[in-house]
Amino acid sequence: MARLLIRGGRVLDPASEMDEITDVLVEDGKIAAVGQGLEARGAEVLDAEGCWVAPGFIDLHTHLREPGQEYKEDLGSGGRAAVAGGFTSIVCMANTAPVNDDPSVTEYILNRARSDSPARVFPIAAATMGLAGEVMTEMAALHEAGAVAFSDDGKTISDAGVMRRVLEYSKLVGVPVVVHAEDCALRADGVVNEGPVSTRLGLPGNPCLAEDILVARDLMLTELTGARLHVAHISSAGAVDLVRRARERGLSVTAEVTPHHLALTDEATLGYDTNTKMAPPLRSASDVAACRKALAEGVIDVIATDHAPHAVHEKEVEFTEAPPGILGFETAYPVVMDMVRADELSPLELMRRMSTNSTRIMDVPGGSLAVGSAGDVVVLDPTRQWTYDPAKGYSKSRNSPWAGQEMTGRVVATVVEGRLVYHCDRGVLIP
Amino acid sequence: MLLGKGLLGIEDLERSEIELILETAQRMTEIGTRDVKKVPTLRGRTLINLFFEPSTRTQTSFEIAGKRLAADVVNFSASSSSLSKKESILDTAKTLDAMDPDCVVIRHKVAGVPKRIADVLNAPVINAGDGAHEHPTQALLDMLTVFQQKDRLDGLTVAIIGDIAHSRVARSNIYGFSKMGAEVRVAGPPTMLPPAIEVLGVKAYTSLREVLDGADVVMALRIQNERLEGACFPSVREYAATFGIDRAKLRYAKDDAIVMHPGPVNRGVELSHDLADHRPSVILDQVRNGVALRMALLYLVVGRPQTLRAQE
Repeated sequence: MARLLIRGGRVLDPASEMDEITDVLVEDGKIAAVGQGLEARGAEVLDAEGCWVAPGFIDLHTHLREPGQEYKEDLGSGGRAAVAGGFTSIVCMANTAPVNDDPSVTEYILNRARSDSPARVFPIAAATMGLAGEVMTEMAALHEAGAVAFSDDGKTISDAGVMRRVLEYSKLVGVPVVVHAEDCALRADGVVNEGPVSTRLGLPGNPCLAEDILVARDLMLTELTGARLHVAHISSAGAVDLVRRARERGLSVTAEVTPHHLALTDEATLGYDTNTKMAPPLRSASDVAACRKALAEGVIDVIATDHAPHAVHEKEVEFTEAPPGILGFETAYPVVMDMVRADELSPLELMRRMSTNSTRIMDVPGGSLAVGSAGDVVVLDPTRQWTYDPAKGYSKSRNSPWAGQEMTGRVVATVVEGRLVYHCDRGVLIP
Repeated sequence: MLLGKGLLGIEDLERSEIELILETAQRMTEIGTRDVKKVPTLRGRTLINLFFEPSTRTQTSFEIAGKRLAADVVNFSASSSSLSKKESILDTAKTLDAMDPDCVVIRHKVAGVPKRIADVLNAPVINAGDGAHEHPTQALLDMLTVFQQKDRLDGLTVAIIGDIAHSRVARSNIYGFSKMGAEVRVAGPPTMLPPAIEVLGVKAYTSLREVLDGADVVMALRIQNERLEGACFPSVREYAATFGIDRAKLRYAKDDAIVMHPGPVNRGVELSHDLADHRPSVILDQVRNGVALRMALLYLVVGRPQTLRAQE
């Protein structure tokens, strides 16, 4: 069985608060030892000097497009892009075609992922049939098949009565309901953050309040039902404040934020680049500041990429017509490293939000380097500079606002279940 | 200088560039008064009017402007949406670009499309109106018209009334008149004022009387009744009563105030019938100046020798 010794790196294990230069031995798919001067004894050796060694990244929000939209991405290409970005476990949303609202689709995704994806894949099933917001899905059967959460993601359940039942019923299986919070009536045809930027661009605005009102509603429903709520891609200062207060009241609510909502403001949209069109939209500088602060304080639990591949021809259209979303995996680490460079997060705390915290929200492996834990490890060079070219990336799509940009911080190696699946000099190694 | 690359918006222009365009346009007005309304300036040059959204007035004005400069003018009316046609707007634009035009004039109902097309085209692009973003030639012809009437722009007070939120004419005029030293005010129902309007450097009013007080120029915008009635204002009747301008309400403005409108006027809504046709309205001057202004712009963008443009 494969043995891999990762030698001499700065080992950051949020699960045990470890932050020291030492060795990590992975054997039989699990962490076998952590300590100084471990002997190779025939193991493959990865020199991690000058690098960080941490539990593999976990992404609770991705779109892998299979089944149905394989021209954008599939479980193989998405999985390869994930490990190239340091992710060892990825959770995929239900808006496939057909929708993942039936255990057969969940099983299909899991089977395909097992053969095609070097990253572990965990499906989120739809909360309502066909994502139509009306009839709830068979949550028990879907959970049995492998669904780790329920969500209609891009389609907010606008009927509060339906959302109440979904939350109540989800207690049967005890997994979170993930909400994409957007009041569709308030959003209307808005495509950029409402404010000075939408006024300058002359594009319809989508106000923060469309997010805040839905977050407020769903927090109240969570309080009523005692269910578990996970707020997807939080982006506004108002929504952050609502989550903060709900947590102070002891509600079972967690939240994620994307790298782009931490790094870019709506001003990035001023050139009408459709690769800056997201849902929710890029917000104002004060919203970005609120998200960064909340992430640092732990009010926002995790960073999730909302990896959303779209084909070039789909993005090369009018701003109003382009589908929202961007690639996330391969740029996530260098983008969020900005918070470490700005002294807003310690390296250990960043790793906690990229990995460990996710295991407390959904039933996914990893997040720890304790002996016996899953052999999911990422090796990172925090200072290495490189230029991101989506055409050379592993995703089938290219929609990224960071195309052609200098990045600082690079994923050196990714280990899944004890196997080296990615090395920056050798590319994705298996399957 | 921006002009060598076309014109996407007034926001991009320097005051000196606006002055150059207006001075050139003023000289061009004379050509329209001749018996033979044609000069050979753009002979052998090809101008494509690429209109994704129908606009007979603007397209005709560009066409006449090009023809008076002896350019070959081709009108290309494209489907308004990529989705309806399954053809990318960029494909359409690149296809036309491969025919080597000297300038492409673009109108589209979505903001930003001329900019995105300009990014990939060899030919310079002139924005003939994009969504609620900019309509730079309209603002320039408006400034020319005001200059002819007032002999200055600096220090004037310009009141723009109507649907500011959805108006590209308002945005371009706000940028243009502000850059030329005028004070720009806007007014309309609160539902028709864009959020954070102050970033455009204007003061917003919801009272017609207040916005007109001391105004030298009164510019009424067209209300798109069919789309907005019931959503942004309760009824045409109420709009006409609160923001429609007639001779009585015009008395709130300066005695020598002029009245403008980008056309076509909804008579009895934005302007009374009488005001639409007679002084102090200058609506037909605006239309007439539109041709001269577009001639000037075409000349500045494509008409001068390459070497001169390269130096700038």
